Amino acid sequence: MDAFLFQVLAGLATGGIYASLALALVMIYQATHLVNFAQGEMAMFTTYIAWSLINAGMPYWPAFLLTVGFAFVLGVLIERIIIRPVEDAPVLAVVVVFIALLVILNSTAGWIYTYTIKSFPSPFPKEPLFGIRYMSAHEIGAICVTLVVLSLLYAFFRFTPLGLAMRAAAQNAQSSRLVGIRVGWMLALGWGLAAAVGAVAGMMVAPIVYLDPNMMGGILLYAFAAALLGGIDSPMGAVIGGFAVGVLENVLGAFVIGNELKLTVALVLIIGVLLVRPSGIFGKVHVTRV
Amino acid sequence: MTKRNLLLLALLLAVACVLPFIVSDYRTFQLTLVLVYATALLGLNILTGYNGQISLGHGAFYALGAYCAAILMDQAGAPYWATVPAAGAVCLVAGFLFGLPALRLEGLYLALATFALGVAMPQLLKYDHLAKWTGGVQGIVIPKPEAPFGLPLNADQWLYFFTLAVTIVMFVLAWNLLRGRIGRALVAIRDQHIAAEAMGINSAIYKSAAFGVSAMYTGVAGALSAIAIQYVAPDSFGIFVSIVFLVGIVVGGLASISGALYGALFIQFVPNIADEISKAAPWAIFGIFMIGFVYLMPTGVAGATRLLLAKRRKSP
Amino acid sequence: MKRRFVPVAVLAALLAMPVYGQKKYDPGASDREIKIGNTNPYSGPASAYGTIGKTIAAYFNMVNEQGGINGRKVTFISYDDGYSPPKTVEMARKLVEQDQVLFLFQTLGTPSNTAIHKYMNMRKVPQLHVATGATKWNDPKNFKWTMGWQPNYQDEAKIYVQYLLKNKPNAKIGVLYQNDDYGKDYLKGIKDGLGAKAKSMIVAEVSYEVADPTVDSQIVQLQASGADTFFNITTPKFAAQAIRKAYDIGWKPLHFLNNVSSQVGSVLKPAGLEKSIGLITTQYIKDPTDRQWANDAGMKKWEAFMKKYYPEGSLIDNSNVYGFTVASTLHQVLKQCGNNLTRENVMRQAASLKGFKVDTMLPGVSITTGPQDYAPIQSVQLAKFNGKEWERFGKVLSSDKM
Repeated sequence: MDAFLFQVLAGLATGGIYASLALALVMIYQATHLVNFAQGEMAMFTTYIAWSLINAGMPYWPAFLLTVGFAFVLGVLIERIIIRPVEDAPVLAVVVVFIALLVILNSTAGWIYTYTIKSFPSPFPKEPLFGIRYMSAHEIGAICVTLVVLSLLYAFFRFTPLGLAMRAAAQNAQSSRLVGIRVGWMLALGWGLAAAVGAVAGMMVAPIVYLDPNMMGGILLYAFAAALLGGIDSPMGAVIGGFAVGVLENVLGAFVIGNELKLTVALVLIIGVLLVRPSGIFGKVHVTRV
Repeated sequence: MTKRNLLLLALLLAVACVLPFIVSDYRTFQLTLVLVYATALLGLNILTGYNGQISLGHGAFYALGAYCAAILMDQAGAPYWATVPAAGAVCLVAGFLFGLPALRLEGLYLALATFALGVAMPQLLKYDHLAKWTGGVQGIVIPKPEAPFGLPLNADQWLYFFTLAVTIVMFVLAWNLLRGRIGRALVAIRDQHIAAEAMGINSAIYKSAAFGVSAMYTGVAGALSAIAIQYVAPDSFGIFVSIVFLVGIVVGGLASISGALYGALFIQFVPNIADEISKAAPWAIFGIFMIGFVYLMPTGVAGATRLLLAKRRKSP
Repeated sequence: MKRRFVPVAVLAALLAMPVYGQKKYDPGASDREIKIGNTNPYSGPASAYGTIGKTIAAYFNMVNEQGGINGRKVTFISYDDGYSPPKTVEMARKLVEQDQVLFLFQTLGTPSNTAIHKYMNMRKVPQLHVATGATKWNDPKNFKWTMGWQPNYQDEAKIYVQYLLKNKPNAKIGVLYQNDDYGKDYLKGIKDGLGAKAKSMIVAEVSYEVADPTVDSQIVQLQASGADTFFNITTPKFAAQAIRKAYDIGWKPLHFLNNVSSQVGSVLKPAGLEKSIGLITTQYIKDPTDRQWANDAGMKKWEAFMKKYYPEGSLIDNSNVYGFTVASTLHQVLKQCGNNLTRENVMRQAASLKGFKVDTMLPGVSITTGPQDYAPIQSVQLAKFNGKEWERFGKVLSSDKM
């Protein structure tokens, strides 16, 4: 029984990692109705910026805030400079640009910072909290940060005019333009916010998995699965999806089918759920008009 | 087909037949790989370009085809040429079966399902209980075919012509399939699936069949690649293979038969060029090439060529 | 007095010249240059190892600047294969057929080298000092054109097992391994070393994939299995995660860490030095981040080389010491070849190193090869981590004497 509990706790800790990146994916989806495959690499890259700042002697929290700000600007710039010209191209052409961004960021990070792993500082205490050994204080702290980001996002989309305008722009650009929403800037803003959320994710993940250029490569698939499982238009769903994937994977690996096939089986299960509930557990059901 | 187009095709074929006698064996080998990729991309294009179903995991069918060929040769001693149709048949069935549940998935959800397939395949190939056939992490080494009937060709040239023959058959079949009723139905489902159904197209059958046929093409390509490389291993079929295929059809041109060939040239040669430019960050250069192509030719090389021809025809 | 010695000195210098007689060349060699080919993963999932190719390129830049080898410049041509076997085949063919290199050197990865194994031997082009620890490269009878370099994984595993059987014969073993050829090779070494006892002594074997974000779940599984001995067969990132997690959850096994991840600076430090106390590993080259070598003349030389010829390279990355050491080995082989630069002679000279040492190897470790012995480095030494540095203990062990 203990063994099971410990696996669940370890699964929640990794689930927190998936949840944080899944939030960034939901963010970009809300704003653009696209899933950016380079989101993980953008998070990785901005985490390196934070690492450089901290290494240069800056205290943690200022570096954290500066990085989030930098990520926001980077996101806006990427949208304005790189995505804007292919706005009218077929969706798959945009996907290729995402893939291009992914490989460019990955390769450039390796070139600048080399591939040796770096430890990234944590703002949370070193000693385990409440005597729980199976989740470090950082892992618990990171989950709390993810929940804070979640509530901010929720409030932003639910209660602010800007959030509403952004959702409208993503859903129906033409009508939004008619009511005076500057759709172009909404997209750029969405990119900026997604990058900022990603940067937070990167800085929370890096102390757990160590900072290296491939840090987010493996996480992207899990985060993608988590976001869809929870419902791609629901920040809350993404977070719950993240935890579910983390726990599911650990329990499968430890007790059911072994580590070699745990990912495969977990994915089959997730897709099975999506077959039954195509818009995810918390997602809205969309009706298509002819 | 117009007379001019026929002439062009005949010319292209003539060049393709003469090339291996002019260029070195190594270049011939590279051209063989281009043909292999072209077949794989054509398969993906049938599914994604014509039918609008995205696949981020076609590398899985490529792997399946390659392993079919390798296992048949290694375990059953099958002749290499017989493994190609066998691999195609296996992938046809596998693709069709995968296409059935995928019917309920669209857009992002289909992307996830296929992405998952692409990630899971190498892990399945490594799985201990299958290692008896797949060779596990070690993979399978297979012999290189020699030219039959005492043809005055070396192994590389023979392999090239063998691959060329298969590629031509596959392209002609695709052309027949796509220009007619079936092709129109696939496009109709992609563009207006509800309207298509209202017109009496059974979209479920068409979509699953598109998956099966697409997988068959990619599986045939996989088998050809196994024969050309003479080795299969899980490391040869990582998720990046699937991603590069997708890049290939977009750069080459979606919903275009010739696009498969352009895309194949891109994914074969551009990474080599990137490597020549920078050892420090070759992927970064590759990425810049991708963005450049999409900027200049958002509808792919095939789309740009079409536009260019149309413009020339208009201006007298 | 002095004058009498001059002709003697000249004579001695002449005698010391490795080869007399006429010059003999195969493709890739001439009076002016020696062309060497290589493939490395500069892109893709294994690009962390790409730095080895860059170090080797830098090494031969240095050699060329110092006058080359027997008056010939070395041209080192290295291509990216992204750790994908089909690309390796393509690039190896390009190097052999188009660039016409004399031989391939340090092609990296077990699957990649397996893919070109037959081709190279059929073509009779040396596939020298391949960068993988698999056992199959030491097979001169069947593959006389292929030679490994580093100690192989299976022998390393057997050395740990020997130590274990002597010091803790009733151990309950838990193994964590990477699910690929490298991990499975180690696992085989452990099982072969234990022999009949393997079934009863190994209580848990768990694997991970390179794409997994963490190995936390696996460590919890191992602890739950009741294992009191831990074979940690992982690459640096996962090694650091495993060391930290084991410590954090209060699992204190006898912990063997494979040589692949034994660097202080880039593995133990990120994991936490205090969490690494008691780890046991084997070593054969010096660790640039271990403070015991801080003032070592050999490592100073390496550092000076790095700063001058590969300034963007990392000074805490063991791979760069590895690259330097293996390039030095080739340097010696080519010196010995003299003017006879045929592929045959390159293999013959590579197979006749006697007690060759590089400054960056551990004291007591040396390279000896022969026509029937294609395993250059076979000696390693066990070491235990004391919280600050690796303390070597016991004799330098050689796997041929096992």
